[in-house]
Amino acid sequence: MAIRDLTSSQARRPFQRRRKTCPFSGPNAPKIDYKDVRLLGRYVSERGKIVPSRITAVSAKKQRELARAIKRARFIGIMPYTVQ
Amino acid sequence: MALYEHIFLARQDVSAQQVEELTTALTEVLQNGGGTVTKNEYWGLKSLSYRIRKNRKAHYTLLNIDASHEAIAEMERQMGINEDILRFMTVRVEEHEEGPSAMMQKRDERSDRGDRPDRGGGDRFGGERRPRRF
Repeated sequence: MAIRDLTSSQARRPFQRRRKTCPFSGPNAPKIDYKDVRLLGRYVSERGKIVPSRITAVSAKKQRELARAIKRARFIGIMPYTVQ
Repeated sequence: MALYEHIFLARQDVSAQQVEELTTALTEVLQNGGGTVTKNEYWGLKSLSYRIRKNRKAHYTLLNIDASHEAIAEMERQMGINEDILRFMTVRVEEHEEGPSAMMQKRDERSDRGDRPDRGGGDRFGGERRPRRF
């Protein structure tokens, strides 16, 4: 809560957005797998870059795992390094 | 012995039959080193996201391996020599996953994920925007 108060003080927001939780934590969370392009594809931008966790709300631990998986998928050519 | 997942990419010009032969040859190399291949999955000719040695497509094969490091090293050495193999990757895993891998599954089950975060629009992920840290 303390963090929220700090950030929302200067930015006037019309409504309070619910704090999103990590999509890979919890009971039926998907397993991060470098072969699952469809899952990984959601965490890269249109340019092919890995989306920062502050936007996707992935936890730090899972973000490291995710980044590793994306890099593996790139190496074996099932995901692009860049999209032109 | 250790468990590995191994993926290799064969050149687009070789036939599926030749890839099969390649797989058996590599399996033999592993078996000579005392290893076993517990699963062999041929993903078919898939298009690559970027060109690798001027190939736009490649035959993908996934092997689940239980072998010693020496056996893996020997197999990788021979793969490096083989010109039909574009690329390979061996990943050490704690346990092999059961059933077909994510790559094979996604064709039959289409809408297994209800809550997809990316529905377009400006705020793609809906996460709280924290101040950028540099």
